[in-house]
Amino acid sequence: MMTSIPKDFKYTREHEWAKQEGDRVRVGITAYAQEQLGDVVFVELPKVGAKVSASKAFGVVESVKAVSDLFAPVSGEIVEANAELTQKPETVNADPYGKGWMILIKPSNKAEWDQLLTAQQYEAFLKQGGH
Amino acid sequence: MDTPLKRTPLYQAHVKAGARMVPFGGWEMPVQYTGIVEEHRTVRSAVGLFDVSHMGEFEVEGPKALAALQRLTTNDVAALQPGHVQYSVLCYPNGTIVDDLTVYRLAADRFMITVNAGNIDKDWAWVTEHGGGARWRNASASTGLVAVQGPKAEALVGGLADQDVTKLGYYRFARGAVAGVATLISRTGYTGEDGFELYAPAGETERLWAALLDAGRAHGVAPIGLGARDTLRLEMKYALYGNDIDETTNALEAGLGWVVKPAKGEFIGRDALEKIRAEGLKRKLVGIEMVDRAVARHGYPVLKDGRRVGIVTSGSYGPSVDKYIAMAYVETPLASVGTELAVEIRGQAKAARVVRTPFYASKVKKAG
Repeated sequence: MMTSIPKDFKYTREHEWAKQEGDRVRVGITAYAQEQLGDVVFVELPKVGAKVSASKAFGVVESVKAVSDLFAPVSGEIVEANAELTQKPETVNADPYGKGWMILIKPSNKAEWDQLLTAQQYEAFLKQGGH
Repeated sequence: MDTPLKRTPLYQAHVKAGARMVPFGGWEMPVQYTGIVEEHRTVRSAVGLFDVSHMGEFEVEGPKALAALQRLTTNDVAALQPGHVQYSVLCYPNGTIVDDLTVYRLAADRFMITVNAGNIDKDWAWVTEHGGGARWRNASASTGLVAVQGPKAEALVGGLADQDVTKLGYYRFARGAVAGVATLISRTGYTGEDGFELYAPAGETERLWAALLDAGRAHGVAPIGLGARDTLRLEMKYALYGNDIDETTNALEAGLGWVVKPAKGEFIGRDALEKIRAEGLKRKLVGIEMVDRAVARHGYPVLKDGRRVGIVTSGSYGPSVDKYIAMAYVETPLASVGTELAVEIRGQAKAARVVRTPFYASKVKKAG
């Protein structure tokens, strides 16, 4: 993996990233995750207003060959979902940390943020094989 | 699994090219090199190379070879001329499928059949048990196979062959050298594009592969993994053994009635298939397209007004049709084009409809 991992994001062991934006948390999957999946052809995201729980599935990403659950880094309410991914799921491959974002959460439990991996920890996790 | 995965003569070439290797039917095969969708498009727009050396080749010869194949396969081998290839099926007595295959008539009393990789052992036991009296030889391990598929395939293979391949019609073959390697050049494939399948000695397959990649650069060639092989064949509604056809599906409901020829005389499965044909099919393998955005996958239930009426056997995104497409067995009254159905995906009924197939218009060369 040559793609650099954004230093100010946090990460899950299921390869989601989380980025703090004021009191919201933006979520997507990492470059490593999209690379492992291969071409993303379908993304299913929750509706605005839905509640998600940390470590629980909030949606699905499908590549040509496989179906994978998406796990919420933190609990809270969906305030936005990336509608563009419905028509252009390949954006997840092209720009996983930017335009390929998936959901914006209004967190309900601030303590969960500290449970997530730092960029350094996630990098170390990847070096050990990433699972 | 206890048995180690088998490797084709091109294993090292795949690893060197950075392919992602996966287990497939007991073999360690490349699923993708750069990406499935990109590889798919390369085959549709230029030319791709597939390592299909894992497939099995059996030769059968002698005065009883024809009779053995007539008994084993559903198609009429007597109608097959030397130099011609025939798609066919091996059936069990109840009409379900041992394997699908291609039959090559090498000479009047000499044939080769090509079978699916995952079925080699089962098929070998089957043909030698039921094709008695003829001399069988399993050439699978000593034979490499490279498929060259795409609109530029003729230019690529033609440029390296010792003969004019433009004259070779669809489902025809010739012996010849390609890049100096002795091959059987077959105008067949599994993509819906024009192209060839080149059978070569295992020890020379890597040299053939390298020469095709080298000469193919001018034509935009790329190696293609099993992932794109699957999406390409899905767009054509070509059945894949283990997905769409197996020992639980009969040849008629699978849409393979065009290679079932009861008029030729006795063969294994004939009585059962005659009965099934007379009584009418309970279900049919159809092509469906998702109306709601969702991906139908192997094993997902097909619904009509909430009632379960079938099952998806293959499904994915079809890059060249830009739709989510699938193959499914559905009850015969619901098999006609235009029928509105649903596929149950993660507990939700997603709208789908039966469509005309192939999903992608065939570009294969016509019989010459």
